Amino acid sequence: MKFIVKYIKDIWGAITSLLKGMRRTLYYFTHHKEIITQQYPDNRDTLNLPERFKGEVVMPHDENNEHRCTGCQACELACPNGTIKVIFKNEINAEGKKKKAIDKLVYHLELCTMCNLCIEACPSDAIKMAQTFEHSVFDRNQLTKILNNPGSKIMEGVE
Amino acid sequence: MWSLSHITNEIHEWLSSTFNPTWTLIFEMVLAGVAVIGLFAVLGLVLVIMERKVSAWMQIRLGPNRVGPKGILQSTADTIKLMVKEGMTPSGADKFLFNLAPFIAMIVAMLLMAPLAFAKDFQLWDLNIGVLFVSAISSLSVISILMAGWASNNKYSLLGAMRSGAQIVSYELSAGLSVLSIVVLAGSLSVSDIINSQADGWWIFKGHIPAIIAFITFIIAVTAETNRAPFDLAEAESELTAGFHTEYSGMKFALFFLAEYVNVFIVCAIGATLFLGGWMPLHIGSWDGFNHAMDYIPSSIWFFGKTFFLIFLIMWFRWTFPRLRIDQLLNLEWKYLLPISMINLLLITAMAILKWHF
Repeated sequence: MKFIVKYIKDIWGAITSLLKGMRRTLYYFTHHKEIITQQYPDNRDTLNLPERFKGEVVMPHDENNEHRCTGCQACELACPNGTIKVIFKNEINAEGKKKKAIDKLVYHLELCTMCNLCIEACPSDAIKMAQTFEHSVFDRNQLTKILNNPGSKIMEGVE
Repeated sequence: MWSLSHITNEIHEWLSSTFNPTWTLIFEMVLAGVAVIGLFAVLGLVLVIMERKVSAWMQIRLGPNRVGPKGILQSTADTIKLMVKEGMTPSGADKFLFNLAPFIAMIVAMLLMAPLAFAKDFQLWDLNIGVLFVSAISSLSVISILMAGWASNNKYSLLGAMRSGAQIVSYELSAGLSVLSIVVLAGSLSVSDIINSQADGWWIFKGHIPAIIAFITFIIAVTAETNRAPFDLAEAESELTAGFHTEYSGMKFALFFLAEYVNVFIVCAIGATLFLGGWMPLHIGSWDGFNHAMDYIPSSIWFFGKTFFLIFLIMWFRWTFPRLRIDQLLNLEWKYLLPISMINLLLITAMAILKWHF
C-alpha cells in the first residue's frame, strides 16, 4: 500500500514540477520584452551593459591628477597570471623625507582574464573594472598599459 | 466551395477525360509523389525556422533575424548551404550502408504520409488498417538510425544508435497502447473511420479522463520515438557530439535532419487525427448552430492548426526539460508509462463496452 502511495506521489510530483517549468518557458515565449539579447553593432550608442560587467582594469584619477594607489603591491600578489607589475620610485616629500611611491603601474591587458581578484585585493580602492570592451588593436604592444597618468601623484590622506 | 478535395477532383476529371485510365493512374501517382516531396521541402523549411524561433523566444533570445524579413529565410539559406556542401564518406566506413541510411530514413517518413488525411476526402491511401500501418512503418525508422551508427565506424555514432535502439523499442509499446485505446473507442483501424467517429466531439473530450491520460502517454512516447529532447539520447550533443549522424555532412546530413522534422510532423498529425479529430471541425454534441459555424473554417486549416499546435507542444517540451539519463529513460517507460497505459487501456475498454463515453 505504501508503495502505491509513493508511486502516485512520484507521478504527481513529476507532473507538477514539469508544468512549473513549462509555465516559465511559456511566460518567456509570450513576453518578448524579457529578451536580453543586445544587437551589438547596431545599438552601439545605446548599449546597456550590466553593472558588474568587467572590461578592463583602470585607475581613476581625480581632477588634480591624483590617484589612490599607495603601491602596496596587493594587486600584483593577488593576480594569478602576472598581469600587473608595480614599479616604484622614491619621492622626497615636504619634510625632506624619502617616501616610496609608484612610478608606473603596468597592466598587461593581453594577459588579463578579468577575474576581478586585484580589485578585491586593493585596500584603498585605487583600481576598478571599466565597462569598455572593444580592445582589439593591430599591435599587441598597445595592450600593455600604464594605469597611472603621467605626473600623477597619490591623493592626500590615502595610506 | 474551395477545398483541397475539390482541386483533386478537378484534376482527376481532367486527366480521365484526356487520357486512358492507366495513364491517368500513372499521372496521378507522379503528382502525388511530387506533392509529397514538395510538402517535405516546405515542412523542413517551416519547421526548422519555427523551432529556432520558438527556442530563441523560450530562452529569452532573439533567434535568427538577419536573413529576410524577421529572419524567415534563414532556413532557406541553411538548406542552400547544405546542398552545396560536400557529402563526405569516412574512409573506414561501410560505404554502401553509410550512403543508404539517410535514404531509408526519408523513405520511412514518406511511407508514413500515405494514410494521413490532410483534409475532408483528401487522403493518399485510405487503407482499412491505417493506424496499424503507421505504427508498423514508424518502427522501421530505428533501422536507418542503427545502420547509420554502425556504418559510420565511429564510437559516438555507435553509442548513439544503440541508445536509440533501446529507446525506440521501449517507447513503441506505450505509443502503441495509447493508439490502441482510441482504436477501441472508435471501433476501427481505418483513419477515415476514426475521424468520422469524432463528428460529434473529439475523442479527447468524449473519452473522459482515460482519453486524456492516453493523449499524455502518446505525446510522451512519440517525443521519445522521434528522438527529440528530453529524450534525445541518440544525438545528445553534449555527450556524443551528434550521435548517429556525427559523420554525416552535406545533403546526407540534411536528409536525416529533414527526416527528423517530417517525423515530428507525422506523429503530431497522427496525434491530431486520433485525439483531436483530424480535419474534423470542433463539434459539440447536438449544438447544430455552433457546429455549422465551425464547418465554415476549411477542414485543411483545422488539420494543420491542430498538427502545428501539437508540434508547438513538442517543441515546448524540448526547450523546457533537461535530457534524461539512459536509466531514467528506461525507468520512465517500463515502470511508469507502460503500467499506466495498460491500466488505462483496460479502463477505456470497459468504458467502450459499457458505452460510458459520449
